[in-house]
Amino acid sequence: MKNKGMAKFINIIALIVFSVIFITPFAFMFLMSLKDKRDANLMRLTLPAVWHFDNYLKVLQYNHYQVLTAFRNSIILTLFSVVILIAICSTAGFIIQRRHDTFSRTANSVILAGLIVPASILPTIWILQQLHLYKTMPGMIFVEIAINIPFTVMLYRSYMASVPVELEEAARIDGCSPFLTFLRIIFPLLQPVSATIIILNSVTIFNDFTNPLYFLPGSKNVTVQLTLYNFISQSGNSYNLLFSDAILITIPMFILFVFFNKKIIAGMSAGAVKG
Amino acid sequence: MKKNAVYSIWFAVPALVVFSIFFVIPMLISFFFSLTVWNLKSFTFCGFDNFRLFFTEHSMNLSVRNTFVYAAVTCSAKLILSFFIAILLSGSLKTKNILRSIVFFPTLVSTIAVGITFSALMHPSKGLFNILLQSLGIAPVDWLGNTKLALLSVAFTDVWKGVGVATVIFLAGIQSISRDYYEAAVIDGANYMQQIYFITLPLSKPARNSIIILALIGGLKSFDLIWTMTGGGPGFATDVLASVIYKQYAAGFYGLSTAGNVIMFIFITVIVLPLQQYLIKKEEQ
Repeated sequence: MKNKGMAKFINIIALIVFSVIFITPFAFMFLMSLKDKRDANLMRLTLPAVWHFDNYLKVLQYNHYQVLTAFRNSIILTLFSVVILIAICSTAGFIIQRRHDTFSRTANSVILAGLIVPASILPTIWILQQLHLYKTMPGMIFVEIAINIPFTVMLYRSYMASVPVELEEAARIDGCSPFLTFLRIIFPLLQPVSATIIILNSVTIFNDFTNPLYFLPGSKNVTVQLTLYNFISQSGNSYNLLFSDAILITIPMFILFVFFNKKIIAGMSAGAVKG
Repeated sequence: MKKNAVYSIWFAVPALVVFSIFFVIPMLISFFFSLTVWNLKSFTFCGFDNFRLFFTEHSMNLSVRNTFVYAAVTCSAKLILSFFIAILLSGSLKTKNILRSIVFFPTLVSTIAVGITFSALMHPSKGLFNILLQSLGIAPVDWLGNTKLALLSVAFTDVWKGVGVATVIFLAGIQSISRDYYEAAVIDGANYMQQIYFITLPLSKPARNSIIILALIGGLKSFDLIWTMTGGGPGFATDVLASVIYKQYAAGFYGLSTAGNVIMFIFITVIVLPLQQYLIKKEEQ
């Protein structure tokens, strides 16, 4: 009896403490985004005196619908990067896990070093310039792919270990070419890890601020994180609009989290512990 | 032999080519350009002048110190907090799934949005943090304007945002520990604290090691949160290597910026690689 009461007590205390610490900042963001300018500048954690849902419309319309352009750019960047990452890293992870020779060991250590080493900014800009890709969306996509290759290959490689070799051998005996074997037999089996990779990489690339700041400057190709950053100075003292913008950018991640919560958490922990 | 013929290396070539062109080659040529005065079109060789400047110029060598402080503080805070949260969440709490989601969600939110929110919460006169302090009868603090405190305030925000990942990793580690150990311990009369100290703590070592390495690398590279909250200020109080690299880039000192990049590369490798070896060795003991 005593233990049960105690457990309930701890449950409630934990829920309250965690909610205060981790939810209050989001509640603050949300309430700020619905206030009028004067109300927002008081920065209090209070309900808005008047609820201004039109703040969101104002942010969308700001600077010729710049936020919408940014959303389009960020979605293009994320989509292309993730699709190409899946295509080239699943095959690479497959080969690196299946071969046991110098090639696979070297490729493996080079790629794993990429998990630790920071990207070299200006030399990358220089390379992009030589290839006429600097300040272009394709150039940005290539950089995002390169930066996320180590993590993606690592996840595929460790998952491949659980796929039985017999399937490939059977396919080979039946005369299936290596490429078709991969496409028809191996790749479908990788689906659980592919799902994790799609979600984690989408979050990383959509939320990336630093790389677009360096490699994709200019207002034409602006991404959502850059518009939000620029809006800090452009919004003047309109904290309400600044927070509306922040909320707009957080909504896609929130939706993703509501649907894929378990997948995301499983992927994060699997990647870290196995690596 | 025959096996390798089936698994053609061509499967790995696209990934290796993209990774080489946009990551490995830039890294290799950064060593060369860090020794030059450079404007992306032409360069003049200047020996180790950039590195000398980095370590003698006050604003820049402060960034070296700040990078270490920031990485050490965020890494240890995340490690300790996430261990206790993970212990709490691995128990029999009914609310543990929702609590785990609450702790984890900030990880997915844009760093810029988090930076904006905490800058407002830490506002010197109107911010919620100071209102809370005042209601407790404590004098308000200038969280981001005080040169001694600003770096720690940003580090606090970083921990708030990042503790969820560490917690999730610790949880996975703790949940993989066989229940048998705990049952044996209970039979031998071990209490709850003893179980945590003698079973959970040592057996979650692999998870702990991953967290240390990941948090340390993240801390040494961090840029966007610091840049949003303080821009390296007040003065140079919160400048870290990554923000100096950006500032020198923005000012057009490309050689110097690249030297900063090389210094960051060297620090991370010199700290992380031996640490990783050491932790793996201890794990195997």
